[in-house]
Amino acid sequence: MSLMALREQLNGLVNSMFLEGLLDDQFEQLQMLQDESSPGFIAELITLFCGDSERILAELTKLLDQAVVDYQKVDAFVHQLKGSSSSVGAQHVKLACVQFRQFCEEHNKEGLKGIYFFRCLRALNVVKHEYYLLRGKFDTMLQLEQRIQAYESKQQI
Amino acid sequence: MGLGTVAEGDKRWWWNRNVIMVLWMMLSVGFCIGLHCHMRTESLRKAGETLTSMCEERARMLQEQFAVSVNHVHALAILVSTFHYQKNPPALDQVTFANYAARTSFERPLLNGVAYAQRVVHAERELFENQQGWMIKTMNREPSPVQDEYAPVIYSQETVSYIEALDMMSGEEDRENILRARATGKAVLTRPFRLLESNHLGVVLTFPVYLSGLPDDATAEERVKATAGYLGGAFDVESLVENLLHQLAGNQEIVVNVYDVTNASEPLTMYGVHLPDGHMSLSHVSMLDFGDPFRKHQMKCRYRKKPPVSLSSITTPSGIFVICMLVGYIGYAAWSHYDNVKEDFRKMEELKKQAEAADVAKSQFLATVSHEIRTPMNGVLGMLDMLLDTDLNLTQMDYAQTAQVCGRALISLINEVLDRAKIEAGKLEIESVPFDLRSILDDVISLFSAKSREKGIELAVYVSDRVPTILTGDPGRFRQIITNLVGNSVKFTERGHVFVQVHLAEHVKMVIDAKTGLNGHANEVNITSATTVFSTLSGLEVANSRNTCESFKMLLSHGASLSCTFGSGSVPESIADKVTLMVSVEDTGIGIPVHAQDRVFAPFMQADSSTSRNYGGTGIGLSISKCLVELMGGKMNFTSRPHVGSTFTFTAVLQKCGKSSGVDTKRSLSEVLPTCFRGMRAILVDRQPVRAAVTKYHLRRLGIITEDVRTINEALHTLSGQNGYLNSSQPGKQPSIFLIEKDSWDPKIDFHIRNQLLQRKEAGHIEDVPKVVLFLTTESDKTRAGSHADSIIVKPLRASTIATCFQQMLGMGKCQNKDIVNNSASLRGLLDGKNILVVDDNKVNLRVAAAALKKYGAKVECVESGKSALSLLQPPHKFDACFMDVQMPEMDGFEATRQIRIMESTAYKEASPDDGSVMAIRHLPILAMTADVIQATYEECVKCGMDGYVSKPFEEAQLYQAVAKFVVSQQIPGSS
Repeated sequence: MSLMALREQLNGLVNSMFLEGLLDDQFEQLQMLQDESSPGFIAELITLFCGDSERILAELTKLLDQAVVDYQKVDAFVHQLKGSSSSVGAQHVKLACVQFRQFCEEHNKEGLKGIYFFRCLRALNVVKHEYYLLRGKFDTMLQLEQRIQAYESKQQI
Repeated sequence: MGLGTVAEGDKRWWWNRNVIMVLWMMLSVGFCIGLHCHMRTESLRKAGETLTSMCEERARMLQEQFAVSVNHVHALAILVSTFHYQKNPPALDQVTFANYAARTSFERPLLNGVAYAQRVVHAERELFENQQGWMIKTMNREPSPVQDEYAPVIYSQETVSYIEALDMMSGEEDRENILRARATGKAVLTRPFRLLESNHLGVVLTFPVYLSGLPDDATAEERVKATAGYLGGAFDVESLVENLLHQLAGNQEIVVNVYDVTNASEPLTMYGVHLPDGHMSLSHVSMLDFGDPFRKHQMKCRYRKKPPVSLSSITTPSGIFVICMLVGYIGYAAWSHYDNVKEDFRKMEELKKQAEAADVAKSQFLATVSHEIRTPMNGVLGMLDMLLDTDLNLTQMDYAQTAQVCGRALISLINEVLDRAKIEAGKLEIESVPFDLRSILDDVISLFSAKSREKGIELAVYVSDRVPTILTGDPGRFRQIITNLVGNSVKFTERGHVFVQVHLAEHVKMVIDAKTGLNGHANEVNITSATTVFSTLSGLEVANSRNTCESFKMLLSHGASLSCTFGSGSVPESIADKVTLMVSVEDTGIGIPVHAQDRVFAPFMQADSSTSRNYGGTGIGLSISKCLVELMGGKMNFTSRPHVGSTFTFTAVLQKCGKSSGVDTKRSLSEVLPTCFRGMRAILVDRQPVRAAVTKYHLRRLGIITEDVRTINEALHTLSGQNGYLNSSQPGKQPSIFLIEKDSWDPKIDFHIRNQLLQRKEAGHIEDVPKVVLFLTTESDKTRAGSHADSIIVKPLRASTIATCFQQMLGMGKCQNKDIVNNSASLRGLLDGKNILVVDDNKVNLRVAAAALKKYGAKVECVESGKSALSLLQPPHKFDACFMDVQMPEMDGFEATRQIRIMESTAYKEASPDDGSVMAIRHLPILAMTADVIQATYEECVKCGMDGYVSKPFEEAQLYQAVAKFVVSQQIPGSS
């Protein structure tokens, strides 16, 4: 496959992600930040993001598994995830986090444990779902970029 | 007295009422008895008066009669003195005297008889006895013993002839009388005693007869010496009084007693029987003067019977008593009636309160139950979610998904019921926060995009330019209303369009007024001609003729013209805080049957039961929406024609957002639209002017200037400049985008366009071949449309979708607005070579921030906690600025900043003498990085010593602003 085709494919993937709303302007900004000086910036960021997110998701799952749920911790974690997802421009994940935090807040406000526990559980599921969807795309993106870079380096050689 | 007296008070009052009644009874009884007594005494007094007068009358008569008799005896005495002593020989003898006395006895009715006794001293006794020829005898008819003096009767009236020759001195009473009479020269009376013979009670009257005429002032001794004899008469008082009383009226009623009271302690009865005292309830005593100063007499009168109690003294009080009782009863009855009514009223109040409370309780119950149902339902849904994540075979998956869909439907129903109950219980409060109406509408549209694409319905939003970008109100509720209306419309529409419009209410009103004045006929034409293609969004007829093309166009044109007039003339809305929005949701669905139209807003009412079978849903949404609209101070109504469509319209009063909240709020609230299309030109091919207007609205939001034409040919003409009004007006700027609606599109003309465009380019009419964009309503059209268009946008339109598509198509992925390019240049100038510390616990954020700052030439160092930041910032240090995340575990940004500031001040104090390190311990600019930019956060930032804040993720403009501030302020001391 030619370099052009790969580039095309990558662009198409990114564009489709924009169209679907998976990514937002922030990702564009990041793309702009990636230049000759830091060629692997996006890839690095994505890896960082994925690692961080997976850790947080694992923590959240653990927290919600406990008999007594510490909603403040949950909220803190969701806040972190929201921060990192908005930093990479993962719009859907960010929105899901916003929703999740709302439930947490409502929980703190109204104090009805039963309802909000399941809501939070669901919200977590939504976040996970969105995240894994994005993760899949990101994986593809990373692979493509790797291949492009490989190609480029080969050509340079 | 208040109505709300408690039970205790009531009891007291009830008790009092009876007491008052009893008191009243006692009072009236007392009054009646008093009255009775008064009347009794009054009648007694009258009886007493009568008795007195009767008694006095009797006494006077008796006295008179007595006086007359005494006078006669006196006259007789003078007669005796004249004819017996002054004649010599005496001219009087027993016969003459008896005769005379008998013939004059009518003059002395009170006297039984009179007799004359001569004074005889003992020395003359013998002589006297001889003269008379009889012996002087005592009262006991015995010869008189020797006495100093004798008073033998010599003359006597025949009635008392039995006392002749009796010595008067021998009787005790008589002797005493005689002595007293001759001493005083007046008539004297004896005390009452039983008279001889008659044995009646009587008194003896004695009158002295003197020998010669005595002077009136003669002494007692002279009188005794001159005494010749004594004239006496016996008063038979008993018969006397008897006779007297018989002559007077009322004799039967009274009892008269006459007493001699000379000895006051021991009254002697002269007349009448002595009755026991107990009987003498009423009596009168009259003094009698019988001419004897020595003796005192009195007459005592009393009623024979006790005076009878008068009838009136009984009937009058009884009558009054009866009246009093009646009055009392009436009062009592009125009072108890009043009490009863009051009690009833109180009960009714209570019942009313209970009913109201029950109503509230019902709503609360509904709310609580709904709430409680949600708990297990959420559990069910959560579990289903998790179940769906597991490995299921297709059938199981299907079952689980069905269950989930049903559960979601139930949850949404319960949420609606809860909302409704909250509204009824008055618990729902409308928030007041700034929000961007346009992005909310975009969101709602996106929500239904899948459905509308599936159904092939045109779903569009249009917000008038005159509606302010940021409004203050309740975005959640606003979204809920719109979502509900659009959801309904999408649900009931199978073909055509759903069109949401937002205008200012005043503006709409103005236009409607103008329109009805100008061309009222236009609507009729549209309605009557069935074959006409209607000038609506999709070309189908709509229910509300108000939204036809004409009025819409007028709205648009007025929008432009009015903004001019408002600029110069009266500015009603820009001054007033409130904005009244008019939102209409128009569809071309099945409409609402006429018979069901009046209960559309009633909860749980659908047009008919088959509706819910065909379309599902509960029908509670509209009623909730209506309530919400009313809470927002608006009204909701609708027009609907069966099989044509419905148009729901509502107004909402929102607040204009204050100017102070400025750009930041706007940025945080609204979705940021890229600005890189500003000034671009596009040509839109659309047969439907309304649809074109909607498309233009979205493009305008992106800053793209759009020219709309009806057909592709026209567009080509415009492009080449043959038609040329656009080009002539603004030469040099070529439309770079060619937008085509799907109904103008055809695979056949696809090539045609492309060829034409290429031809034109070659001919030099245009510099670039414009990109062709095709608008579609369904995904399936994509394949049909072929790939000759540069890009395809599937409706519903949304500014951000268009933007993304264009960016992609034009390869503007990295393009940014010029300003920002400038900013980044200057940012580079500001930040180049600076040492910057970034503190954030989130690695991803850290990395992004670092990359962004590095791009501008800054040397960035990253730490992940406030503590490590503190250790790095121990003065002296090399950093020029610090970006600090606010929310961090252990030590948050605020705390870290505070500590840094403390360190700085202490270091400054220590280092102030030696000037070498002054620069190093200057005030380090610290900027907060935060995701939620609200006023409170900013204030706290400033409070704990931060210099400003930037939002995460970084935005160049803002970053520039924030950085420029401190870099400039810092350069001044540096340069000095």
